[in-house]
Amino acid sequence: MSETNYLTTDYTLKSWFLTTDHKRVAILYFASLIFFFFIGGAAATAIRIELATPQADFVSSDTYNRLFTMHGIIMVWFFLIPSIPNTLGNFVVPLMIGARDLAFPRLNLMSWYIFMLGGCITLFAIFAGGIDTGWTFYTPFSTLYSNSYVIVAAAGVFIAGFSSILTGLNFIVTIHRLRAPGLTWYRLPLFLWSLYATSVILVLATPVLAITLLLMATERFFGVGIFDPRIGGDPLLFQHLFWFYSHPAVYIMILPGMGVINELVSCFSRKPVFGYKFVAWASLAIAAVGFLVWGHHMFVSGQSLIASLVFSFMSFMVAVPSAIKVFNWTATLHKGSLRFDAPMLYALGFIGLFTTGGLTGLFLACLAFDVHATDTYFVVAHFHYIMVGGMVTAYFGGLHYWWPKITGRLYSEYWARTAAVLIFFGFNLTFFPQFILGAEGMPRRYHVYPPEFQVWNVLSSGGAVILAVAYLMPLFYLGYSAFFGARSPANPWNAPGLEWQTSSPPPEENFTTQPVVTREPYQYNEAFEAEPQNA
Amino acid sequence: MPEPPAFASQYVSIPHRDHTAELGMWVFIATEALLFGGLILAYFVYRHLFPHAFAEGSRHTDILIGTINTAVLLTSSFLVAWAVEIFSPATTRIVAWLLVGASCLGLAFIALKGIEYSREYDEHLVPGIDFQFGGSLANGVQLFFIFYFVATAIHAVHMLIGIGLLLTLATISRSSPTTRHHTALHSAALYWHFVDVVWIFLFALIYLPGRASS
Repeated sequence: MSETNYLTTDYTLKSWFLTTDHKRVAILYFASLIFFFFIGGAAATAIRIELATPQADFVSSDTYNRLFTMHGIIMVWFFLIPSIPNTLGNFVVPLMIGARDLAFPRLNLMSWYIFMLGGCITLFAIFAGGIDTGWTFYTPFSTLYSNSYVIVAAAGVFIAGFSSILTGLNFIVTIHRLRAPGLTWYRLPLFLWSLYATSVILVLATPVLAITLLLMATERFFGVGIFDPRIGGDPLLFQHLFWFYSHPAVYIMILPGMGVINELVSCFSRKPVFGYKFVAWASLAIAAVGFLVWGHHMFVSGQSLIASLVFSFMSFMVAVPSAIKVFNWTATLHKGSLRFDAPMLYALGFIGLFTTGGLTGLFLACLAFDVHATDTYFVVAHFHYIMVGGMVTAYFGGLHYWWPKITGRLYSEYWARTAAVLIFFGFNLTFFPQFILGAEGMPRRYHVYPPEFQVWNVLSSGGAVILAVAYLMPLFYLGYSAFFGARSPANPWNAPGLEWQTSSPPPEENFTTQPVVTREPYQYNEAFEAEPQNA
Repeated sequence: MPEPPAFASQYVSIPHRDHTAELGMWVFIATEALLFGGLILAYFVYRHLFPHAFAEGSRHTDILIGTINTAVLLTSSFLVAWAVEIFSPATTRIVAWLLVGASCLGLAFIALKGIEYSREYDEHLVPGIDFQFGGSLANGVQLFFIFYFVATAIHAVHMLIGIGLLLTLATISRSSPTTRHHTALHSAALYWHFVDVVWIFLFALIYLPGRASS
């Protein structure tokens, strides 16, 4: 471990802030995302504290509106969307394809600066007085009535969008052009297939959000009537354009998580992923169909019945490729020699939580039920199961899986497993009661509610406390591991992926010699286990 | 062509590097297409809702300047394409002049656009500032002019970025014309052509409705 690696080549601040090394840029993103995650989480905690009692005794209604808006904006645009692609993806994409860096390293660093600029502008909007429109910026409230920092917050999101676009562009070009000799598309790790599908969505959907926010800001600034029905504008058009981005954005959040789960499930059951090609194409199918379902956010908005029927049907269609993935993970687990290391616990948690979120998504795709459940806690529970139960759990799983590669250190298995179990337990206690609340009719975005809802709300708030503690735990044991953990061998999990063929942490240029791929992906078999591992 | 001794380590060869850069530009253009696509979609929705008002608004645009600008942009695209075709160490001087010529045409476009804007301001056609338009079509005409100003302003911003790119390349490709600069020039040219293509669409959408009738 005496030779230099990407962490030890240089220690100056300049070497970090002007780095073009994809691994260091990943660390920059990682640090910023922890920051945003805990800001968004603090808002969530405040929301749950307020909802522990039926009265408004913690914050005013106006503050409450600003809290859930802040929670939504920060979590969606400054944590969930960049989380796996920009940290884990940035770190492992070149390693997994045997490249020395991304195709455009300077563009990669620029994406981080753009992301931070957008983040700072949004934070300014939040701390200067906040914004109360909800993360969706629905017009005409956002353009006519809202007395808050709408344009500033929208500008922050607009700018962060460029960062997304540039990252997606970089990944697409990298995966197309920089694969090692022998690494054909069907030998590509499934994590990269899912990141590729994610990048396609980032590149095609984000510009539409940009133009939508620009039109909204124009309307608010000049007082013209693009979305104002009094002078001929159409607020529904805003929703169409907004959800044309924001529904695919859900897949931006969940697809990378699914990709991570492929790596974990395969590694910890020592088996190749069942139905590799189906899982690979399912990612692209989800990305493609995901573009055709935005109207299911508008079933009660007044769009035509035909439109609602078509969008309902297409929404059911997304379940097909999603189910392919879930069934193939369970088939991979079947008769595998399972090892319940921390990443595997997260992966198993993900499968359960994502399946629950996905199945309740089918409820909501059903027109008749959706009319009943619109804007209730049922919807809140559903998308938290996907985004938090799914995406954040997968993020933690991937983080634990690649942690030895990123830092060259091992973490405490005991604490990691405890945190994984606590997250699963805390998450379910927080969000399962919300399905019941929603089915009973408690609307979202209200900070007072009839007393009969209190039991479920107290359970949910109690779960949130457990969840908050569980999310804080990795901060300590991973933070400890980063500086004092035991040294990790190059390949602690005995995994066959290219990223494990170089030292941990990798040298600055990833590989000393250009790797050549001769094996099919996920070759967990006796021959592989018998090979000597370079420690 | 003289080459710098090394290229970044993630590429295996110079053509590999150049093709990678070019693919990046195409993906970027895809995002730009979606940006203008959203705008044009919104335009079509309102044109469908207010067909007469959009025709009426269109008749208040300055078709002479619009047409001249279309010709100006197409000519500049021709100059840029020419520069890409003949790029070599022997032709740096001509390439630089072609790019400067294209940039001047771009600036002429912006200048004409400015004249057009000021006329519309005088005629009180700028929504949100002092829009005055009588009659039953007023709301629809205002919507038309919102799209006119937003679309042409975004297009003009793209033009300014393009002019900066062309002038930069005119400078650096003269100093050391490597294949790297040829790739950069090619990518900038793709961008410039894309911005011109967008204008063709905007021209048809903004200036032409309602002109054939009445």
